[in-house]
Amino acid sequence: MKAFQLMRPKDSAEAIAATAKTKTAQQGAESRFIAGGTTLIDLMKLRVEQPQNLVDLNRLPLDKIEMLSDGGLTIGALVRNSDLAHHPLVRKNHAVLSEAILSGATVQIRNMATTSGNLLQRTRCMYFRDSAMPCNKRDPGSGCGAINGANRGLAILGTSEHCIATNPSDMNVAMVALEATIHVRGPKGERSIPIADFHVLPGNTPQRETVLEPGDLITHVTLPPPAPGARSLYLKLRDRASYEFALASAAVVVTIADGKVTRARVALGGVGTKPWRSPEAEQELTGQSATEAVFRKAAQAALRDAKPQRQNGFKVELAKRCLVHALKLVTQPA
Amino acid sequence: MPDRSESNEKPAMDSRLEFGQSTRRTFLSRLGIASLLATTGPGVTTWAQRSEKVVQGLATESKDAIPVSLRVNGKDYSVQIDPRTTLLDCLREHLHLTGSKKGCDHGQCGACTVHINGRRQLSCLSLAALHEGDEITTIEGLGQPEKMHPMQAAFVTCDAYQCGYCTSGQIMSAVALLKEPCGPEDAEVQEFMSGNICRCGAYQNIVAAIQSVRKGAEAQKTG
Repeated sequence: MKAFQLMRPKDSAEAIAATAKTKTAQQGAESRFIAGGTTLIDLMKLRVEQPQNLVDLNRLPLDKIEMLSDGGLTIGALVRNSDLAHHPLVRKNHAVLSEAILSGATVQIRNMATTSGNLLQRTRCMYFRDSAMPCNKRDPGSGCGAINGANRGLAILGTSEHCIATNPSDMNVAMVALEATIHVRGPKGERSIPIADFHVLPGNTPQRETVLEPGDLITHVTLPPPAPGARSLYLKLRDRASYEFALASAAVVVTIADGKVTRARVALGGVGTKPWRSPEAEQELTGQSATEAVFRKAAQAALRDAKPQRQNGFKVELAKRCLVHALKLVTQPA
Repeated sequence: MPDRSESNEKPAMDSRLEFGQSTRRTFLSRLGIASLLATTGPGVTTWAQRSEKVVQGLATESKDAIPVSLRVNGKDYSVQIDPRTTLLDCLREHLHLTGSKKGCDHGQCGACTVHINGRRQLSCLSLAALHEGDEITTIEGLGQPEKMHPMQAAFVTCDAYQCGYCTSGQIMSAVALLKEPCGPEDAEVQEFMSGNICRCGAYQNIVAAIQSVRKGAEAQKTG
């Protein structure tokens, strides 16, 4: 691990000031916020992250979950994954979020990892994590080792010729299906970013993963009130029964009235370079009967633009079946 | 003939102990270095280069050391440490509480599990300097051979280990599990324990030990 200076800001303003002068808030940032540390310390040991300054957020009062007046939810940036997943309001109104979080990592890691940290979780692509390998995300211009290499676990949606790294988070997939908003405080003040606009596609700049700028501090995430009558579910498919990243996953939020889908939100995990919302699938579902044939059409639409690599072609069909099964489960009569 | 044994026969790890007087720790360290050298052929130079980097990165003596106060097992400690020092390294190398084990050092095996403010966490994935004011409990604080925690006793009774390296982490997780929303079935215990890897494969007996403590606690409540 490279040496760094540890800073302990007493409030958000001090934390923002401590990082505002850095050149980037993305890969290669000279200053990093640290909360749970479950991604960052790991990557610092691997020398994938080499910050000169580490800014400890753990004493900031950003760890509350509260109901909003409209029935939505506000979730502090430092709320630990365990606390979020087990919160009664989350379990009652946003089951997909609770299920997604509990399907990821382990109890120890969920006790440490935070909401904002999970939004910024880095890819598990082995070329990114191994500093001896080429990787355009870690070392722009060095090439992508994965495209002609070991790419079984990597993305089939949203890829570019420079990067096919998968976004590994389960929580993010549920947040996308729930249309969360991310609230940021930075040197220029406060702003709110819909989660669909928060993560960016790799394109020509895979080192850039989010719209965050230097000094930007995520303060909280809000969820809109649950749609009346909606049911939600997270289904994750992986190589092991526990403690494994998704090969494919689906977060679905569906409202049914008189046997017809009146509203659907669909997001996929394990297959995209960002948590993958599928408006195409939502369109195929809305107004249609809740039948397997319709679900299959929605799944076809969701994967229409998939670009599989040599080793991950199976993910196209796996993701389709995952979505069909998730839709079947969520529309089953209670 | 000059005696060359001193200059040439030194073990790879500098140690104040002579060969044949190894403690378990120095023996294991030497074993680690020896197996590393054995695998360093011409085809694996990247691994050799990388391991050198890692060893450099582990240095904990630094002119930039900072004061850190920690509360561990009810005792207060003050140490001067490099800010890079993980909580695990601080516990083992500075406070000499070697019950918490270093397995993977990347948050994948659970051998380093400790309790922080009553919740289980991975001490290898956190920095010691982030834990001032926290109440930290290690296996040493849970029980001692003459007065074992019921979970430690259950691990003995159920033969829930073979080599023992993962055991302190398993027990720290198992004790935390007692207060977590874990369902009654073995499958649910397995899911809650999935962050603790046992390469000997003592899983069945680990689940049995945990279930015996849970049933005992249940019986006490109703009895």
